Amino acid sequence: MLLMVSSSDTGHEPPEEDTSSSKSDTSSGTDSGHDTSGDSGQSGTDSGHDTSGDSGQSGTDSGHDTSGDSGQHGTDSGHDSGDGGHGGEPITTLPIVSWKWHHVSTPYLVALWILVSWLCKLIIEANHHVTSVIPESALLICFGFILGGMIWGADKVQTFTLTPTVFFFYLLPQVILDAGYSMPNKLFFSNMGAILVYAVIGTCWNAASLGLSLWGCHMGGAMGDLDIGLLQYLLFGSLIAAVDPVAVIAVFEQVHVNEVLFIMVFGESLLNDGVTVVLFNVFDAFVSLGGAKINAVEIIKGIISFFVVAFGGSLLGFVFGLLISLLTRCTKNIQIIEPGFVFVLGYLAYLTAEMLSLSAILSIVFCGMCCQKYINSNMDESSVTTVRYVMKVLANGSETIIFVFLGISAIDKTIWVWNTGFILLTLFFIFVYRFIGVFFLTWILNKFRLVPVEFIDQVIMSYGGLRGAVAYGLATMLDGNKIKEKNLMVCTTLIVVYFTVILQGITMKPLVTWLKVKRAAASELTLIEKVQNKVFDHMLVAIEDISGQIGHNYMRDKWNHFEEKWMSRILMKPSARKNRDYVFKVFHKLNLKDAMSYVAEGERRGSLEFVRNETAFVDFKKKFGDEFTEVMPDIMADTSEDHSGMSTMRGDPVPSVSLEMHEQNMNGVRETEDVNSHHLLQQHLYKGRKQHRHRYSRSHFDVNKDENEVQEIFQRTMRSRLESFKSAKMGVAPPKHITKHTKKDQLQKMPNGKSLDKSRSYHSGDEDFEFSEGDSASGFEASGGSFPMRVTYRAGAGIENPAFMPDLDPLAQVQIPPWLAEAELDSSMVAPSQRAQVRLPWTPSNLRRLAPLRISTHSTDSFMLADAPGAQQRDNERLPPPPPPPPPPHRDDDHM
Amino acid sequence: MGSNSSSMNNIPNAEQLVQETGFSAAHILRLYERFQFLDKDDTGQLRPEDFGAVRELAMNPIGDRIISAFFSPGQETLDFASFVRVLAHFRPADSNRTRDGAQPEPANSSMGKLKFAFQLYDQDRDGKISRAELLQVLRAMLGMQVTEEQLQSIAERAIQEADFDQDDAISFDEFRKSLEKVNIDHKMSIRFLS
Repeated sequence: MLLMVSSSDTGHEPPEEDTSSSKSDTSSGTDSGHDTSGDSGQSGTDSGHDTSGDSGQSGTDSGHDTSGDSGQHGTDSGHDSGDGGHGGEPITTLPIVSWKWHHVSTPYLVALWILVSWLCKLIIEANHHVTSVIPESALLICFGFILGGMIWGADKVQTFTLTPTVFFFYLLPQVILDAGYSMPNKLFFSNMGAILVYAVIGTCWNAASLGLSLWGCHMGGAMGDLDIGLLQYLLFGSLIAAVDPVAVIAVFEQVHVNEVLFIMVFGESLLNDGVTVVLFNVFDAFVSLGGAKINAVEIIKGIISFFVVAFGGSLLGFVFGLLISLLTRCTKNIQIIEPGFVFVLGYLAYLTAEMLSLSAILSIVFCGMCCQKYINSNMDESSVTTVRYVMKVLANGSETIIFVFLGISAIDKTIWVWNTGFILLTLFFIFVYRFIGVFFLTWILNKFRLVPVEFIDQVIMSYGGLRGAVAYGLATMLDGNKIKEKNLMVCTTLIVVYFTVILQGITMKPLVTWLKVKRAAASELTLIEKVQNKVFDHMLVAIEDISGQIGHNYMRDKWNHFEEKWMSRILMKPSARKNRDYVFKVFHKLNLKDAMSYVAEGERRGSLEFVRNETAFVDFKKKFGDEFTEVMPDIMADTSEDHSGMSTMRGDPVPSVSLEMHEQNMNGVRETEDVNSHHLLQQHLYKGRKQHRHRYSRSHFDVNKDENEVQEIFQRTMRSRLESFKSAKMGVAPPKHITKHTKKDQLQKMPNGKSLDKSRSYHSGDEDFEFSEGDSASGFEASGGSFPMRVTYRAGAGIENPAFMPDLDPLAQVQIPPWLAEAELDSSMVAPSQRAQVRLPWTPSNLRRLAPLRISTHSTDSFMLADAPGAQQRDNERLPPPPPPPPPPHRDDDHM
Repeated sequence: MGSNSSSMNNIPNAEQLVQETGFSAAHILRLYERFQFLDKDDTGQLRPEDFGAVRELAMNPIGDRIISAFFSPGQETLDFASFVRVLAHFRPADSNRTRDGAQPEPANSSMGKLKFAFQLYDQDRDGKISRAELLQVLRAMLGMQVTEEQLQSIAERAIQEADFDQDDAISFDEFRKSLEKVNIDHKMSIRFLS
């Protein structure tokens, strides 16, 4: 299938050009000649533009623009001539359709290539038996070989290669930005020293040792007659010295080694770019200058330029990261394009660094690392998800393209210059010096490390020194005029890349298994563990303080304080600054998970039954602890965050839940119930709001969803809950009012006429019921007489589930919808002086302690009866997605 | 080293401490300097107030707990040997130095470290972390950022996760089990400069 596609693609191209040229028949001969010449002559640049547009498209909004532009420029000449041909032709008749291949060729090819590369990935991933043995990157390269072979077969010329422009401008940035954005910062910085040593000293060592050794072998006559000087050897060494981030990520992602080992290899591959860029530039310049002009000054300049390039690049990235964070502070009103800023600014960080000839990779890595925390808390949750996913799509997409094109690039007659000595020696030296370098550096590092790097880890680290597309890109950037053996170098680089990515990649997994390398423990997230980790952190800081040492923990603590005090304040939304504690986030995440399993459970059983069925509900309570109910009374504080997981998950079904309740009530045909359900419906089910159901909007997602509704319901219920909560504290109203209101209410069977405010107060009544249930839990039996209201409550509550209260029939007349009764009582009968007296029992800890008691003292039936509707209610209320906006003010109200 | 060895003699029971805690002589010496620095009135005993001189400690949310962990129950003062013994908990575990079974378990074994951590919570020393005790720690650590109710539910949940015998408290065994996956050696060690 894929073969068909690609072959038709490649096969199409020449014929299509033929047709197009034959169309402009006046100058068919010259035109076609022009075309082909342009094609073959520009083979490098042309294909470059293809892929460039491609990455731009696959990539980013910004990338798209620029790539489109460059594509335009590249093919300009071809375009113009084609257009000229068309324009020059006198139109004799109106063409109904016309064939305009040239019009679309560049973007078309780009898109086709993306498609082809991704289809390769699709085919590879279709069979996990293969990918579990051979890493994906190796397979992609092999697919590249096949595709390249087919192009070769069709064209007899290498049309598409991975050009440096395309690679460095359009394919690499996304991969690195993703790496930076999803970098585990704490892990990275706590191993920063080691990573830097490997990245800087290790890379220099690799470059120097390889260059010198090859030169030595050359002098010794191992390679025959080659026109390569010492400087050129060093240049070659510097371009091939760096471990490649793309290849490393691709391979290590599949073997789950322990996190320290991973971060070492990964961090090294990212940070060594600064060194590579400098070494490459310096030696490139030295080669141009020629050996005679190099003196101490030049060398010192080179060393200085290293610091400028590396630190300048990092600093630039840092600045851009801050910029992104600041921007996301104020993008609340343009949420749709909010995620775009991250990509555009990230890309700009890369380009700016490139423009200033700083290390672009370092820049974009630090940009991602610096902004991740702030944008994740500043942006809307859905935007964060978007950023995450788009980042992955781009990174994974371009990684795929990179590997496929690395394979395709191999099929080119011109670059294959075989020199056994040079190639084999390079392979050998790279392999050996990597081992020597890693072991030596680790030996030194282990003297200073708290947790020494184990021997086996060192082996894997050395073996994981994969070279990749960065080296290839640099090799093709060499100037063929200055360096006579450029093709040999490119060819050798390619072989090294294939060797490391394919062979070492394939053997990596068996090696890891064989050596019993410590794997990443796939541990379950537990709260206690996170809490304990935090305690550990504080403890270590304290111990360092006490023993008077300025160590790791001390520094981190200082940084945290600084960060908290200044950076967070400036870069984070005030609302986001709250509740951002890590432990709390974990708590939230766990609750979300519970909620999800709750929903899954519900769906398995048939959701409605599950929601309504009290036994199920109680089960659930047991299962997830009583936090659900017990914490409830303090809605404002808790529900919003803790249980919002629940609501997110069930966001949609809720209106239907209410509907079902309605139906159920209808079954239990009773007039009062009708009233009840009507109130309920009126409160929770909005009508209206759906008129614009199918409108298309570019700036809002939620038009077709009920989110606005849900949001509003949430806010209203919250408000009313708050009111009722306050009023509940005010104490108990005299019973006589109940009857009064009962009558009133029985009369008032026209719920439709109710104003919004009224329904709100009804609602709060309902809430009250819930509270008082909790309140009276302990003393219920005793105080039953003196608090008739409570009885009414229970009855009222029962109404909603008639099936469970057959014995309550006699009470039917008294069954006032509890919200009606209570709410108005409360709102009218507030007695502030009583507040203090009633307040005490409301403290949550009290409630919690009371919980089991309640279960035991009451008959389960009554308890459930009383509780169930409340629970449903809660579900409804907690419905809206964990909206950060509404809760904070409430919380403040409540607790300040 | 000459001056060091001479001042080494000033330290009471230095040799024995080296034996017992596994600190090197240089470590002990450095710690002794620190001890003397903290011991403002030169009594050879530290009082809890002396730790107040460490300014950073005041900012540490669980600083006071850690200070009190230095003092064995009922005692108001701390001599140098106890000071070092407590700090020995935080020495990285010796990788290949094997100890005979006869010797008591060293403080820097992961069990010793865990015990120290456990005792930070267990203020009433009843061998259990009750909900209230956990809540206190939580409140100290994240009190500013979350509401009391959220703290309650976090404590609730944390207890539930570790509480295998349903007694609404975490015993040491449960504590140890819940942290099985954590590499205590790494988490509770610092590099002592010598």
